[in-house]
Amino acid sequence: MAFNYDQYLRVDKMPTLWCWGCGDGVILKSVIRAIDKMGWDMDKVCVVSGIGCSGRFSSYINCNTVHTTHGRTIAYATGIKLTRPDAHVIVVAGDGDGLAIGGNHTIHGCRRNIDLNFILINNFIYGLTNSQISPTTPQGMWCVSAQNGNIDPTFDACKLAIGAGASFVARETMLDPKKLEKVLVKGFSHKGFSFFDIMSNCHINLGRKNKMASAMENLEWIDSITTPLKKWEALSPEEQINKFPTGVLREVEQAEYCDMYEMVIEAAQGKRAKITQDDFAKKI
Amino acid sequence: MAREVISTGNELSALGAFDAGCMFFGGYPITPSSEVMHEMSDLLPTVGGKFIQMEDEIAGISVALGASMAGTKSMTATSGPGISLKAEQIGLAFIAEVPLVIVNVMRGGPSTGLPTRVSQADIGQAQYPTHGDYASITLCAGSLEECYTQTVRGFNLAERYMTPVFVLLDETVGHMHGKAVLPDLEEVKASIVTRKRFDGKPEDYRPYDVPMNEAAVLNPMFEGYRFHFTGLHHGPTGFPTEDAAQCQFNIERLVGKINTVAAQNDGLDDEADYEEFMMEDAEVCMIAYGSISRGAKEAVVKLRNDGIKAGLFRPIVLWPSPEKKLKEIGDKYKKIFVTELNMGQYLKEIERVTGRRDFGTLHKANGRPIAPLEMVAKVKEMF
Repeated sequence: MAFNYDQYLRVDKMPTLWCWGCGDGVILKSVIRAIDKMGWDMDKVCVVSGIGCSGRFSSYINCNTVHTTHGRTIAYATGIKLTRPDAHVIVVAGDGDGLAIGGNHTIHGCRRNIDLNFILINNFIYGLTNSQISPTTPQGMWCVSAQNGNIDPTFDACKLAIGAGASFVARETMLDPKKLEKVLVKGFSHKGFSFFDIMSNCHINLGRKNKMASAMENLEWIDSITTPLKKWEALSPEEQINKFPTGVLREVEQAEYCDMYEMVIEAAQGKRAKITQDDFAKKI
Repeated sequence: MAREVISTGNELSALGAFDAGCMFFGGYPITPSSEVMHEMSDLLPTVGGKFIQMEDEIAGISVALGASMAGTKSMTATSGPGISLKAEQIGLAFIAEVPLVIVNVMRGGPSTGLPTRVSQADIGQAQYPTHGDYASITLCAGSLEECYTQTVRGFNLAERYMTPVFVLLDETVGHMHGKAVLPDLEEVKASIVTRKRFDGKPEDYRPYDVPMNEAAVLNPMFEGYRFHFTGLHHGPTGFPTEDAAQCQFNIERLVGKINTVAAQNDGLDDEADYEEFMMEDAEVCMIAYGSISRGAKEAVVKLRNDGIKAGLFRPIVLWPSPEKKLKEIGDKYKKIFVTELNMGQYLKEIERVTGRRDFGTLHKANGRPIAPLEMVAKVKEMF
């Protein structure tokens, strides 16, 4: 039987505001199937989004939803999760939202390893505002805010997440929704900060200006710049420069923030000694 | 039983928040407000409350708003530069009607200004902290006791009117150290207001479907009442809309639920919106708030010793301003003297309400307090 998305959607809000052929819808459906696999009670799920095309994500899922300001998704979500550690919190942000204006919160969300599921919909462009360069726009592409071509170096979001300390880091594209769903389930099951760099198309505002005006052309380009981690590892350093590895790039067990905060409560209530360096394996 | 404590303004503001039922603090260190944060990090976990120091001022308020959206009483504390950074999130709190107490311990500005010195120059910022139209509630503490009581009141007003509330301390009040007599804890607990909630069927829940001049009814998250928070203009169920009539209604309601209600009911609650000191027979009415109102009281006594019948009017609720009372003062006293630690930010409001321009004034913006004798000399010039 076909999967029934309606039970998870706010069907009265359909159709979405996204352009024809946009990857956001594929990602939305993958997230819904992953939630279904997890068996989560939608009353206990919160989806937090920011500003940009991805900002509308929260209004389509039928659960507790928050459409925050530009870049601040993780900070709002941290307040929600810390208040209700029993809730399942999914954060959705675009590459501009999560890596430019909200980059600081991304770093520190990863560092705290708070149990948030952070989905970066990476379409390499500010799509909603008509094609300005984002931190992931490849050098040399043309955008309305780089009229002579983009010189700003390209950002590898997963390297940032790994460096900042996220305990689950994965990259996938929306080309393979089944694989995407599997990785989402893996990350949703993981306790700690789960970071998903999900590459998606914006043939309208990236593609049309860079010789990939159809969704298919844009997707072919995404396919050409990604390769599974195992294959990527076998590439020479020169070849690696132009490919992003996909799959689970990091998965480690690491103390989660809400759990660690329980230590603070116990110490404050005299149920345990004050927290010292001895409570942590890593001393510096 | 009233409680006698030795403490500071900042610490008493934290204690007030704690006693008011605050269970979440998010913030970022900044002079001269950091002690509020220090105290909250100590108090909150004793009752299972959550404290988090965030990576910047913006995150400090965002995390606190997230907690409030989830359904808990929440606060942040900062100083002027922090409010400047938080401005956009304060706007979201206004339009999405998320209750939050924001303590601002005022220092000299603009910009980094005078980090460790006193100022009252954030009065205008508290009235209009962010872009767009809305109405602000701003309380201003003038004593150690009020650091406690006005913070409690801030929570009650935030929950009742579903809005961010500013509690202004100036550096001097925040760092003042001494004995304070706090109200009986049981009485405080009995006064606590908690936001209204909808108990009907989830499918009937329309959080923003409220009449003109009333506040939204926002249930805690995760209890079966799913809805949508957004900083966009929204309709009755919280979802974005650009409908002209709805948007106009939204703004009129946001402003009206505070300004119109305060005007109709002569204040937002039953507590004192101002203090009057030796006003009955006064021939000159001094107006001052915050730390320098303390010097102004001394000036009143000194002036009376010198044969000038002076009195003091001290607003506690700065916004919405106690218009009725200010109008009365404007009509009653021939001589009015306004003194502030800024270049006349509240003076403008007094001028607006009274329609007068003939005030004696003493304004300083150099990070120094105003001594009672300076006020006395200035008041005497009016005779």
